[in-house]
Amino acid sequence: MRNIWLIAKRDMGSFFNSPIFYVVTTIFLIIYSYIFINILSFFSMQSMQSGQFQQMGMALNINEMVIEPSFQNMAVILLLMIPIITMRSFSEEKKSKTFRLLLSSPVQLKEIVLGKFFACMIVVGLMILLSSYSIIFLFFIGEPDIGPVLTGYLGVLLMAGCYVSVGVFASSLTENQIVAAVITFGFSLFMWVIGWGAQSANSSTGQVLEYLSIIEHMDRFLKGMVGTSDITYYLSFIIFGLFLCHRTLDSNRWR
Amino acid sequence: MIEVENLTRYYGTRRAINNISFQIEKGEVVGFLGPNGAGKSTTMNIISCILPASSGSAKINGFDTFEQSLEIRKIIGYLPETPPVYPDMTVAGFLKFSAGIRGVNSKKIPSAVERVIEKCSIKDVSHRIIGRLSKGYQQRVGLAQAMVHDPEILILDEPTVGLDPIQIIEIRKLIQELAAEHTIILSSHILPEITQICKRVIIINEGEIAAVDSLGGLTASLRKSERLSLTVRNSEDNLEEGLKNLVQVLSVSRGEENQFLIECELRSNLQDEIAKLALEKNWGIVELKPVPMTLEDIFLKLTLEEKEPAA
Repeated sequence: MRNIWLIAKRDMGSFFNSPIFYVVTTIFLIIYSYIFINILSFFSMQSMQSGQFQQMGMALNINEMVIEPSFQNMAVILLLMIPIITMRSFSEEKKSKTFRLLLSSPVQLKEIVLGKFFACMIVVGLMILLSSYSIIFLFFIGEPDIGPVLTGYLGVLLMAGCYVSVGVFASSLTENQIVAAVITFGFSLFMWVIGWGAQSANSSTGQVLEYLSIIEHMDRFLKGMVGTSDITYYLSFIIFGLFLCHRTLDSNRWR
Repeated sequence: MIEVENLTRYYGTRRAINNISFQIEKGEVVGFLGPNGAGKSTTMNIISCILPASSGSAKINGFDTFEQSLEIRKIIGYLPETPPVYPDMTVAGFLKFSAGIRGVNSKKIPSAVERVIEKCSIKDVSHRIIGRLSKGYQQRVGLAQAMVHDPEILILDEPTVGLDPIQIIEIRKLIQELAAEHTIILSSHILPEITQICKRVIIINEGEIAAVDSLGGLTASLRKSERLSLTVRNSEDNLEEGLKNLVQVLSVSRGEENQFLIECELRSNLQDEIAKLALEKNWGIVELKPVPMTLEDIFLKLTLEEKEPAA
């Protein structure tokens, strides 16, 4: 445990020492906020109109109309940003030959992998935390339901965990950070759109494709439901990515 | 303490080292000597548990470097060719991290860091960012990192490469100080370094061990002839002829202007004869001295001799 924390702490330190974290977080917050403001103003326009037409008020729900789309958009922006966060994990260690320090230390390979994973997760968590001002603001102006907000955050975090896991794995494959970022982005995007094939495929293949899609599992979290199958999907995705990363690093030594 | 048996390592189909075996006792300072690409770093990487061997085994204190590597990694300190320092950290912060990761008890970390900062004389730069330091200082930080957990064994891969002469002398002095309390394996392709620091040399060439011996032993066993250097004031044309006519002289070659290198049979003690000749012919002796064999000579001799039968 101590080793995992030491490695994670060092990695976080280098995030905060480099401009990457600040640039990525700033851009993330600007885009997210812009979208959020647009969603919110659309919602307030609708509420004003609903004052004139009585029956429309029934359909207005701040959870459904503001919070849910905000989370969905956040998931898209994270898809673009997380590859930049994870690309350096192992690539940079390999390139600057610092990886030998870790390899010759009494640390297990899995502790190194977990340390890198948690460092990225904490950074991504921090980004999400900074963006939560928007949802907190909603509690001042309206009465959103807290349940779906909490499960929504859980869902976003789990989904981010999948991206990070892919990213850490990709960065173990290469010394080149850009290659690592492109692989992460490409694979995450593919796992996102894989569900789109469900409509044209036959029913059983369609079901499999739908289950594999990273975004399908988000919906229930956003509605306030925590399903075992969704949690199982995300956790096994994360663990599988980290497992591949561990195997890659181990096999690198034999080559 | 360190036992290496029939170690072989392939990178793909290329064989980096072949059937290397040697033993190192506790407290020894051993030098790995070989040209670039001879397999020094590969051997060191295997001993430091970074690479597994393709076949053969390396054991430290009875622990196998592959099977029980965690035990070994606690007692070794490794400085690879490129110092493994994070350029974005401060010296003190980096050493604190290395101490932690090398398993130093959290309470003892500050004193351990203090000690190596003192020892490697990097106090002045301890709060600076490593990436902004000169190569010499980075090398010292690398060395500090390798000894922060006070390991029994220090493995140093070309510790003086890329440093300026003053820095080289400083690092050598530091290694000599460390030799008192540690078992040290040092690699280099710079020969005087090994002569100054190491008591025993392992010469590696093209992935195989060419010789393992103490410095004196190596010189003695390889010597088939002795060399004398003669410097005179008045060099005549027939001087070389005159020298060659002496009974035990094998060859004479001209060095600098009035200097001659005389290769003669072992234990021939020709000094008297040469001096007599010089007095007779009025050459005017400036200097007459035996030339000790340098590691360069040993090295060339060993590697060339190896090749001859093959060719």
